[in-house]
Amino acid sequence: MEETGQTVQETQKVQAEQIGQNEQEGKNVGMPECETMELIMESRSENEEFARVVAAVFASRLDPTLEELDDIKTAVSEAVTNAVIHGYRGQEGKIYLSATAWEKERLLSVTVRDEGVGIRDVEQAMEPMFTTCPEDGRSGMGFSFMEAFMDRVEVVSAPGKGTSVTMKKKIGR
Amino acid sequence: MEDSFVYEAKGPTLIIHLPKEFDHHNCRNLRYETDLLMAENYVSRIIFDFTRTRFMDSSGIGILLNRYKQMKAGHTSFYGACPQVMRVLKVAGILGLMHQYESKEEAIYSREV
Repeated sequence: MEETGQTVQETQKVQAEQIGQNEQEGKNVGMPECETMELIMESRSENEEFARVVAAVFASRLDPTLEELDDIKTAVSEAVTNAVIHGYRGQEGKIYLSATAWEKERLLSVTVRDEGVGIRDVEQAMEPMFTTCPEDGRSGMGFSFMEAFMDRVEVVSAPGKGTSVTMKKKIGR
Repeated sequence: MEDSFVYEAKGPTLIIHLPKEFDHHNCRNLRYETDLLMAENYVSRIIFDFTRTRFMDSSGIGILLNRYKQMKAGHTSFYGACPQVMRVLKVAGILGLMHQYESKEEAIYSREV
């Protein structure tokens, strides 16, 4: 198996210039005030619901609409499910959920990270309908959903190095 | 939180009452259970009931698509979808594949096949 090194895949659905300026998460490089949250949990399927509810409750400080809250829940659910099924292949491991909220900008950033098997070809993994286990009835729409429900999705992964998915959403567009 | 599905049969029509949280966790047994049921009974139509469902993600879509492929075109439908479920169905393109009904009765007795 060839080592392809770190792959970064970015997608931008909207003009994300202002989002781009907020790249240095949590570090106060001239950034306005933000609030952060970190959570470590086992890679169990029960935690899919737990994680998306926690993310939604955290996001509620930005006063999102119910629809925006649903979007965040759906996207986080997809990322955590990926970590459980694909990252750890059903084995026990840790999933790291972190989030940052910039109240003035009404910007939310959520990161779901695992230390699982990693993705060899991120671009392929993000293709709609692509799945490594079609026989299990997986739809292959996980990343497409994250992209549909969030403004920006960034995936950093390498074989054996785990996967980190960062999703950003501007509230009140 | 309940994670059991309830099945209901009306002749060859199978109604699947989906769980409150229709995600990967709650989907794990549905495929197997439904496979068993369909192996033992003649099922020519499937109706998905979303009345209880407050949340669905792409794992739920995987289940729906699987069953859709097993049935003849137009022989899968649903009812009772809340706004979150409707959004997900729309994004996944399910609305172009399955007919939506207002109620269970309408879904069952509809002449539309």
